[in-house]
Amino acid sequence: MKKKKTFKQFLGQESTAGYIFSLPFIIGFLMFMLVPMILSLYYSFCKYDIQSAPQFIGFQNYINIFHDSSFWKAMGVTCYYALIGTPLKVVFALIIALILVRNTKLTPFYRAAYYLPSIIGGSVAIAILWRRMFEPTGTINAVLSIVFPGITNFNWFGEGSAIWVLIILTVWQFGSSMLIFLSALKQISKELYEAAVVDGANSWKKFWKVTLPLLTPTIFFNLVQQTINSFLAFTQSKLITDGQPKDSTLFYTLYVYKKAFPAMGKSQMGYASALAWIMLIVISLVTALLFWSRSKWVYEE
Amino acid sequence: MKKKKIVGTTIYHVLVLLGAFIMVYPLLWMIFSSFKPSATILPTATQLIPSEWTLSNYFTGWKGFMGYTFATFFKNSFFIATLSTFGTLISSAFVAYALKRLKFGLNRFLFILVLATMMLPPQILMIPQYMWFRHLNWVGTFYPMILPYFFAIQGFFVYLIMNFIGGIPKELDEAAKIDGCSYFAIFFRVILPLITPALITSAIFSFIWRWDDYLSALLYVTKADMRPISLALKLFNDPSAGSDIGATLAMSTLSIVPATIIFLFFQKSLVDGIASTGIKG
Repeated sequence: MKKKKTFKQFLGQESTAGYIFSLPFIIGFLMFMLVPMILSLYYSFCKYDIQSAPQFIGFQNYINIFHDSSFWKAMGVTCYYALIGTPLKVVFALIIALILVRNTKLTPFYRAAYYLPSIIGGSVAIAILWRRMFEPTGTINAVLSIVFPGITNFNWFGEGSAIWVLIILTVWQFGSSMLIFLSALKQISKELYEAAVVDGANSWKKFWKVTLPLLTPTIFFNLVQQTINSFLAFTQSKLITDGQPKDSTLFYTLYVYKKAFPAMGKSQMGYASALAWIMLIVISLVTALLFWSRSKWVYEE
Repeated sequence: MKKKKIVGTTIYHVLVLLGAFIMVYPLLWMIFSSFKPSATILPTATQLIPSEWTLSNYFTGWKGFMGYTFATFFKNSFFIATLSTFGTLISSAFVAYALKRLKFGLNRFLFILVLATMMLPPQILMIPQYMWFRHLNWVGTFYPMILPYFFAIQGFFVYLIMNFIGGIPKELDEAAKIDGCSYFAIFFRVILPLITPALITSAIFSFIWRWDDYLSALLYVTKADMRPISLALKLFNDPSAGSDIGATLAMSTLSIVPATIIFLFFQKSLVDGIASTGIKG
């Protein structure tokens, strides 16, 4: 009887409750993150085809990756996509947010229409639709040929333009960045604008001297998030182009996937693990670089 | 002056409306095309409204392929998305309560770990997790798509709920404690009812993300009867499945119905959720 009571007391302690409530995360972190990461770090130093036992080969995978032309190609394609797609997306989000910040009766409807693509853009349905729309006989060429009669049967999935089909798709989904800008815009106090008007500023000046500096933390946030997202793009490139033609849309994550689960031949799990670790390092470096640049252009109150 | 203002407002609305139309045009095109006779979809690609309406694409599409109808695929997606969302909500709320309200030794350390997992993208874990689940013999089952979510593995949701708990006055917890409530009773009777808005926002995003999840299905689903809608659509669209464009567009349209309905009904929660946490869409 006495023992039971002490157990109850133990349960009643704040720290006990703290550990019990955070137990899901502790188990989840160990089981689904830490253990897999340690496993994959080990395999990245192995030759491993899943079928037979892993064979330790030291840094050989990393050395091979360095001499692998497809690796450099994938890195180049991913950087191109991130460096063009991300700024375009953020600029679009900002421009539309500035337009929609004006409050009219129709504003909620407009906001919904511009945001809807972000909500469903990651689905397989949209990937299929995109592929169908950009086919030579698809609706994009059909609509374009009304305006530019010469453009019939342009091959969007050619070597130079295929990546643009994917860039257009990601830019189309600027909605969530736009909403973040909208809420930041609403937090800028009216007094600042009034003071600027007293100082004789026109709307152009108000934008450059008041709005933009105050938005830099939000721009920074959106840039970081969207850059990381671009580096990790997988589903849409897998479904729409599958890296083709001539690896011109071979995104890095897709390359990792193809090494681990090739359509033909043996799996190279060790090699894929090493690729994934390199990606993690690259993303960390890019994020660090963005954070380092922060003090140079982000306005702090 | 007043007249000038009216003209300006009209131009504003016309331009914004035009932009909105361009934004949703691909979706409208998909929806309207799915009601056209399949053979006329590409020849009449520039004409949005069908001149002849038909439901035949939906009947052909629903039959599915390789002996399974789309009813199976939809059922699988509902099963996976609902269970994993339920797991995410309950586990994330537990952890958020512990980290925000309870003092214990590892509190600070665990919070930093949660933030770290937010930065760690699932694509990076793709290969490591696959190998681990293979060790556990989970490949070919629904486990990898459901069970991990019962362990608060998406730090983002923990963070979102933590922020929300931060807005609840601490006096409520203390009053309940004085009344003799245990920490468990405080969580279930005081905190849980008050964080409903945060749970709704989390549920919406979780459900849509799990519904759209293609990568996990690609890695872990090995049997035809276990395919969720994402994987089934992709296979249905392959030329080898002998699909026609009408049926594909019809099933694609059906597959985005849940997300669209959620979006229309819970728009405010979604917008608030994004504004307060800066979620990705």
